[in-house]
Amino acid sequence: MAHTTIPVHAATFSAEVLKSDRPVLVDFWASWCGPCLMMEPVLEELADELHDRLKITKLNTESPDEQQLAMLYRVQSIPNMKLFKDGKVIAEFIGYRPKDVLKQELEEALQE
Amino acid sequence: MSDIHNVIIIGSGPAGLTSAIYTARANLKPLVFAGLEFGGQLMTTTEVENFPGFPEGIVGPELMQHMIKQAKRFGAEIVHQNVSKVDFSGEVKRVWVGADEYKARSVILATGASPRKLGLPSEQEFWGKGVSSCATCDGAFYRDKVVSVIGGGDSAMEEATFLTRFASKVYVIHRRGEFRASKIMQDRVLNNPKIQVIWNTEVLEVKGQDVVGSLRLKNTETGEESDLAVDGMFLAIGHIPNTKFLGDAVELDDQGYIVVKDKTHTSVEGVFVGGDVNDHRYRQAITAAGMGCMAAIDLERWLEEKGVEVDTTADTYTNPVPA
Repeated sequence: MAHTTIPVHAATFSAEVLKSDRPVLVDFWASWCGPCLMMEPVLEELADELHDRLKITKLNTESPDEQQLAMLYRVQSIPNMKLFKDGKVIAEFIGYRPKDVLKQELEEALQE
Repeated sequence: MSDIHNVIIIGSGPAGLTSAIYTARANLKPLVFAGLEFGGQLMTTTEVENFPGFPEGIVGPELMQHMIKQAKRFGAEIVHQNVSKVDFSGEVKRVWVGADEYKARSVILATGASPRKLGLPSEQEFWGKGVSSCATCDGAFYRDKVVSVIGGGDSAMEEATFLTRFASKVYVIHRRGEFRASKIMQDRVLNNPKIQVIWNTEVLEVKGQDVVGSLRLKNTETGEESDLAVDGMFLAIGHIPNTKFLGDAVELDDQGYIVVKDKTHTSVEGVFVGGDVNDHRYRQAITAAGMGCMAAIDLERWLEEKGVEVDTTADTYTNPVPA
C-alpha cells in the first residue's frame, strides 16, 4: 500500500491539519479503546483509496498534550473522526463504522 | 454461493472464536461471520485479570486479537459482516448477509449480548457527546469533570470505580434502593469518597447544549423530579441478547435469550449455541469460551452421526500443531 495514515501530534497539528491544502480526516484514538483498534485497518485502506482527495491522520489521545487538543475539539467519545477543511471541522464521525459506510460518508462530506 | 459449508459460526467473541478454533482443528473449515464490530464485549474492556493463563492480566482487545489469530491459523474463514437473517427450517441451514446467501449443514450461534440503552430520544441525541457505554474508552476525557453511572450491577460498580481515576465526582444513579452487585464491588463504591449514590431514581431526559450538561431525574418512590448537573452519563444497565436477526428461527426465552434443549443444541436440529446469547447467569469470557468449545464438540458428534467426515483423531484434540 503506497499511502498510509499519518500520525500527528499537538506540535505538528497546525502544519499537518489546519494548514493542509487538502481536506484532512483526524482520527482521535487510544490503545485502550477496542473500537478504535477495529477502525485501524479500515482507515489504512481508506488512506490509500482516497489519497488523491483526502489525507488521513491519527492522533493518539493518551499523552497530556494530545489530550488537551482532544478536549479543545470537544472529543468525549472515541473513536472520533473529524474532517477538517481549510482549518475548520466540516464533518464528524463518532464510533466504529465499517469501511463502506465511512467511505460513503466521507465522499458525501467532501462533495458539499 | 451454492457451496454448502460444514459449519457457519455467527459471532466473534470468546464463544464464537473458541468454537471456530475447535471446528477448524477438526478440519471442518468453519465460516465465521464476525460481524462489523468483531470481538464482542471484551473489545470495550480494559484489563482482563481473571482469564486463566495470563498471570499479569491482558487487555480485552488484545485477548480477542489472539483468539482471531488462533482461529485463522487453523483455517477458519473470518468474514467481517453482520448476518441479516436466517432460515433454519430445512435440512440445509440458510444464512443471509444482505442479499448474499450462504448455506451450511450446521450452525453455531454465538452473537452474545450488547449493552442495554435507556431508550430515550435525548440519549441518542447526545450519544458520543457525553453519553457512553464504554467507560474504558472514554473515561480519560472526563478529567476533573462530574459524571454519572446508571445501573446497580457489577459493571456499574466497576465503571464508577474506574471513572474516579479521572472524574472529580461520580454519581451512581440506581432505580432501586439496593444494588444487585457483589458485596466486594459494592463496598468499593460505597467506601469511595468521590462516589455518591443516588438511590430510587431514574433518568427521564438528558439535557445540554452541544454536549451533556444535566440529567432530568425522577425519584421512583416520591415521584419528585429534579435536575442534576453532570458532564457525562455512562450506561451500565445490563445487556440484551443479540437475537433479533433470528426472528423465530430458534426458540427464545421471554427475555430473548436462546433456549438450550440438549446440552448446547437449540430447538433446531443442527443449530448449536454458545456464550452470552444463551447464558445470562455467568457471562464471563471463560464460560463463553467453554461453552463455545462444548458447542463445537456437540456439533462435531452430530455431524459424524449424519455421516459427515470429521477429523476427531486424538492428534487433533490433544497435540498442539507446531507453529
